[in-house]
Order: sequence, then C-alpha cells, then structure tokens
Amino acid sequence: MSFDLNLILDSLPRMLAGLGVTLQLLVVSGLLGLILAILLLLMRLSGKFYLDWVAQVYIYIFRGTPILVQIFIIYYGLPQFEAVRDSIFWSILREPTGCAILALTLNTGAYVSEILRGGVLGVDKGLLEAGSALGMSARQKFIYITTPLATRLALPAYSNDVISLLKSTALASTITITDMTGIARTIVADTYAPYEVFISLAIVYMIFTFGIQKLFGVFERYLGRYARREE
Amino acid sequence: MIKVDKHFGTFQALRNIDLEVHKGERIVICGPSGSGKSTLIRCINRLEKHNGGQIIIDGIELTDKVEDIDAVRREVGMVFQNFNLFPHMTIAKNLMIAQQLVRKTSKDEARKMAMRYLERVKIPEQADKYPIQLSGGQQQRVAIARALCMEPEIILFDEPTSALDPEMINEVLEVMVDLAREGMTMICVTHEMGFARSVADRIIFMDEGEIVEQADPAEFFDNPKSKRTRAFLDQILSH
Repeated sequence: MSFDLNLILDSLPRMLAGLGVTLQLLVVSGLLGLILAILLLLMRLSGKFYLDWVAQVYIYIFRGTPILVQIFIIYYGLPQFEAVRDSIFWSILREPTGCAILALTLNTGAYVSEILRGGVLGVDKGLLEAGSALGMSARQKFIYITTPLATRLALPAYSNDVISLLKSTALASTITITDMTGIARTIVADTYAPYEVFISLAIVYMIFTFGIQKLFGVFERYLGRYARREE
Repeated sequence: MIKVDKHFGTFQALRNIDLEVHKGERIVICGPSGSGKSTLIRCINRLEKHNGGQIIIDGIELTDKVEDIDAVRREVGMVFQNFNLFPHMTIAKNLMIAQQLVRKTSKDEARKMAMRYLERVKIPEQADKYPIQLSGGQQQRVAIARALCMEPEIILFDEPTSALDPEMINEVLEVMVDLAREGMTMICVTHEMGFARSVADRIIFMDEGEIVEQADPAEFFDNPKSKRTRAFLDQILSH
C-alpha cells in the first residue's frame, strides 16, 4: 500500500477552505443552542408542571434520536409541507446550511440544558438559605448565587458538548454542505485516496479540538479563581 | 411563638412550642441531636415553614405572604453551622451584596458598613480575599459580620462553633460574647455550655420536639427539674 504525502499537502489547504463553513455551523448553532438550553433549563426549574413537562418531552425526543436522523427529517422531511414552504422560515429551511444549523441547535440545546441543570443542582443549598436569611428574593439568589456557581460547575461537561458539537458538524456534509468533511469527500471521490485525505481531515479536527480545550481551560481557571487558596 | 407544630412527612419535629423572646434577651437552646433545636430557629426566619400555631416577630405574623416573610427576614439575621459564605465573592462582597440588593444601599455605603463590621470581628485586613483563603474561625466571624451588616433586631445562631476546630472556637465565642454585651437579642443553638452559663439569660432544653425545661443558667445547671435534662447534662458535662 502506498501513502501519498503530496496528496496530503495538496488536499489540506483545500479542506481548510471549508473551515469557515465548519466554524459557522459550530459557532451559530453553539450560541443558539446555548440560548435554547437556558430557556429549557428555566422551564424545567419554573416549578410549573406544564412547562417542565414540555421541556422534558423535548429533551427526551432530541436525546433519544440520532442527530443524523434529525438532520434528514428537517432537510428532506419539512419541505414536504406546504405550510413550511409558505412560512417566513422557508428562506432558512430552503438552504441546507439553515437546516443543518437548525438541527444542530435543537440537538445541542437538549443536551446542554441537562448539563446546566446538573450545575444548578450542584450548588450548595446552604448558600441559598444564607441568601434567603439575608432577605434576597428568589430571582436575586438565582442571578447572584446560583448562576455564577452553576456556570463554574457545568463548564467541564459543557466543553465536552462543544467538542461533540464540532464533530457533529461533519454530518452536515451528508446534505450537500461543503464544510471540511464535505470537501474531503469530494477530494476522495476524485482521487480514490480515502486513507490520506481522511487522516489529514481527522488531524485538522484534532487541532481544532485542542484549541477548544485550551480555551475552556483558560475560562475554567478564570471562573475558578475563588477556589484557589493562593493568589 | 404560640403552639407551633412542624412536621417532616409523618415525623413531628416540633410539638406545641410556646416561646416568647424579649428584646435584648440572650437565649441558648440545647438538647440532644434530632430534638428540634435547629428546626425551631429555622422556623423563625422561615427557612422552614411551620404547620401549626403562630409565629409573630415584632408584630408581624409569619404566613405565606411574601411581604411578611421579607419583612421578618429584614429583622432577623442568621449564622449557620457551615458559615455558608458565598465562595465566589470576596469577603467584602459577601458583606455588601445583600445590603446592595435588599436595602438598595449604594456601593460606597455598603463597603463602609462592611469594613466597620469586619473591624468589629477583628479581620478588616481580609476584606479582599476569598472565603476559602480564611480559616474556619475567620470565616464564621465574617458570617457574623455579614449578618450584622443588615442591622437585624435579632440574630439566630445555628450551632455556630460545631464545624470548627477546637482552637478556633474561642475567637468566635468572643465575638458572640461582645455582641451579647452590647445588647443584641440572640437565640443560640449551641453545645458550648460555658458560653451558655456566662452569657444566657435563659436556657431552653429541648427533646423530641418539645421544650422540656427553661430556666436561668444557675437554676438550669445546678438544679434541673426534669429527669431528661439531668440525663442530658450528665452526659455532656461528665468529661
């Protein structure tokens, strides 16, 4: 078997041309997903059973089905409905990128809301009692005590989900999107050299992941500054 | 407190508690673990909700009404066994946050007040550290200062020295003795019998959710009326 180094050097810059698309999928669906997650979290913590119930069903559906299937349902399934084609969302759902971002957002939102809930549940109840004893309202306790502490507690699991989301963006290539994986598949179709191309692709994702890890490491140290004895 | 009851499920934590506390009085509550001492003081600022009877603080009856609960909490400070300082805030911020949020004090005013009370508990130099950088005794003194910053009429102490190493107990008790001397109304759940004897106006002994006996310290220690009180005192004073 041969291993063509030149092919790697040749295909790397071409794949990096898809970096922008991969980044766009990651950042846009990551941010929208985080907003959705916070919304779902608040529904779960609302104490209103109907809001809690809706959020739980939503989370169950999106954690219980493969993301690839969700992408296919949104991309191939939704346009069958005339109501969808007539709606204002059609300009987004007509584009594969819009469909991929929607699917990734809906999926990551479900996971992240549970991660955040874990953080909220991890906050020491005694601190909230101290807040109550000082006369703080439920809202004030949530903003000034629960949120900062829960954020720190949820961060390691959250960084895990962001990395997972990065790799899920590769699935967008199945609906004609030319992200890094999409371009790699095109190159493979042209050169019949899956080995070289996919290994270089894998390395690019690993470098990317390394960067995300480092970024969260910095963030974690910043948020955890109060947990160290020495300054 | 008039005929107060409190249940946890089928367990009755407080039975028919009648207790009147006057302004400036120092009360110590003692009793075996599980006797309802903590539950009793936690009902006073509504960390626990009582199931029967009435709790009236300075003319305000505790009901489900949020305004009443807020009003009571403005007058009642609390110090916890585990300090419960906010770990993500500096010492000064711990003392300022509730002033700013609840009393709408300006930042400068809140800081001034915080420093005044930190000096009173003798650790102003720690103002810009985080709680974890302080010893347990220092943390508990900060917690007392935090309660004082809200200028309460009464302070509840829930076993304030139970989580401390022995060599740190005294520094906390000294602060509490100072407070008592200045006329603060205090209700302390504690096992520190030396403190009870020297500071308390009245000692209350609880067992199985009931007030078994209340008396002034001399009477309580030297001439306890109830058999249960005597058994308890024998146990804790035998060493």
